[in-house]
Amino acid sequence: MAALHETGKGLSQGARNALPLLIFLLVGFAAPLLAVIAYSFMPERSFGLVHSPTLINYAGIFTGNSYISFGWSLSFAAFTVCILAVVCYPIAYGLSRVFGRWAPLLTLLFTIPLFVSENVRLYGWILFFIKNGVLLGTLKSWFGVELESWLFTRGMVLLGMVYVYLPFMLFPMTLGVSMVPNETREAARDLGASRFQVFREVELPLSMPGIMIGLLLTFVLAVGAIAEAKVLGGQTIIPITHDIEIAFTYAQNWPLGAALAVLLMIVVGTLVLLVLKRFDLDAILGRR
Amino acid sequence: MTDWGDSLTIHKDRMSKRPPILQLKSLTKSFGTFNAVDGIDLDIAEGEFFTIVGPSGSGKTTLIRMLAGMEQASSGDIILSGTRINDMPANKRPTCMVFQSLALFPHRTVGENIEFPLKIKGVDPAKRRTRALALLDQLRLPQNYYGKSVLRCSGGERQRVALARALAFDPQILFFDEPLSAIDYKLRKTLEKELKDIHRETGKTFVYITHSLEEAMVMSDRIGVMRAGKLVQVGTPNEIYSAPRDKFVSEFMGDVNVIPVSMNGSRKVTADSFDKEFAVAAIPEAFSAGHLVIRPEFIRFVDKAKDADNVLEGKLYNEYALGSRIQYQVRVGENVFIVEKLRQQSSTLRRDQTVLIGWDAKDGILVTG
Repeated sequence: MAALHETGKGLSQGARNALPLLIFLLVGFAAPLLAVIAYSFMPERSFGLVHSPTLINYAGIFTGNSYISFGWSLSFAAFTVCILAVVCYPIAYGLSRVFGRWAPLLTLLFTIPLFVSENVRLYGWILFFIKNGVLLGTLKSWFGVELESWLFTRGMVLLGMVYVYLPFMLFPMTLGVSMVPNETREAARDLGASRFQVFREVELPLSMPGIMIGLLLTFVLAVGAIAEAKVLGGQTIIPITHDIEIAFTYAQNWPLGAALAVLLMIVVGTLVLLVLKRFDLDAILGRR
Repeated sequence: MTDWGDSLTIHKDRMSKRPPILQLKSLTKSFGTFNAVDGIDLDIAEGEFFTIVGPSGSGKTTLIRMLAGMEQASSGDIILSGTRINDMPANKRPTCMVFQSLALFPHRTVGENIEFPLKIKGVDPAKRRTRALALLDQLRLPQNYYGKSVLRCSGGERQRVALARALAFDPQILFFDEPLSAIDYKLRKTLEKELKDIHRETGKTFVYITHSLEEAMVMSDRIGVMRAGKLVQVGTPNEIYSAPRDKFVSEFMGDVNVIPVSMNGSRKVTADSFDKEFAVAAIPEAFSAGHLVIRPEFIRFVDKAKDADNVLEGKLYNEYALGSRIQYQVRVGENVFIVEKLRQQSSTLRRDQTVLIGWDAKDGILVTG
């Protein structure tokens, strides 16, 4: 009877301990998200949540040409992730297996730029690539070669994104590669596998958890990229994030911006869930 | 001493008739100025169960890794069936290793692990499966383990999967790098016997590494004792047991009594620590000083000083039950003797009792160094 009385009192010890964090998450994370979702159902250019819900914003998006911006964002994110995967794997392998005592130093070199604001770093690239800047100016004065600047092209946007998101692919990947027990490599080799077979049969599947986390993390970040297109791309492409920003600021159309944001969340969320379902991280990590 | 002589000669005959499958000639592995493996010469016969035993840091793992092709030899030759294989990469060598960690592929099922070498060789899936199921059977694993994740197997089952995977490769020589060292005593005893059975069934050459001479004794045809990169002694378990070459080998055998002695006449040695002379049966050539080794089971409690060739008076300090045997610690002055007896129903021995212990001249082994 006493026990029954105890439970009747309300929250368990665990729930009470979790309460501060729960409230923080509700106020700081769930509430803004819900506000955005709610705004997406409000009439155009309204600034309150007291109107009756409508689907007019979504209808506008589907009949308009927002799909172009969605396309740019998703395809550039996909390209970025692919390039990063190819670039980062060898570095990750080197950091965990080859570079030895130089690895911490290299890790530091990859980390330091993170302490500088992303925009500042992108403007650094501008100085480097601009006409008469570091690269082209040097070429001109030393060799008399005058080249067109590569700034404000799509390739430049891609370069900027690869540069900015590299650490977010590299570090999970390094972790993934270092999780492969060396003796499994040796055992596979001993059992007759060529270097490529060791990579395909043992190395890659066993470092997959780290690789998957890197892929998902960089994809989600890259879909939300905006500064690269603005600073380095000079409006050659308009990512969806740019549309959202415009809707919230110049256009003063919060409900439209909210609807675009919600759609972006749905698209990215669905993609991530599909990938997570295909590559069951728990199964890869051997937790079941 | 006993009837070891007979079994020993039979054994030697059986082994000497087989051609060596693996020959090592002054094989050396250096790390900087340090020789981890220091000029090893060894012939291993085809079908032999050869165990290399030594304490940690003796270079035995480096040695076996060189044989398997995971380390490059610094100098010397590794000759497999007449061909020098020093520069042959691990995946081309017809040898296979069972690792201490087993190195099973955690993302694969038991069946996929066993089939791995066959898959690499390009054997078709149906044949792979048949072979894997046959190996499960041979290693006393249930057939339905085929689809089970290796992560859900127990320690002993993983051992068997690792061995099955190595056997699926069909190697000429199987190397074992202390695979049983992390297994509890009872299971280890079972697996040791199973391994010896598998050796018999397959007729393959096994080269096994362990730090436990006891384990080596159970399974091996021959044992090589390794210390600081060198093979100190190579011989059958009986040879190593009855005629250890030096103090290191004799102490490695487990609990033994070792007394520093110097030569004194044709049948006597002087032990300064006892201020006494002990009778010995045989003195090795050119022996001047060394150690007298007496195995604990050769020392017995006696009634009178005349009941054994060498008798000492001491005090019974403690006793330890070792299964079928009891080990006694007897203090003689500053020295401690270990005496082992079969467990008996009635024992009149009490702690702190004054006892006479003795051994016969023929049971003391003189070793140099």
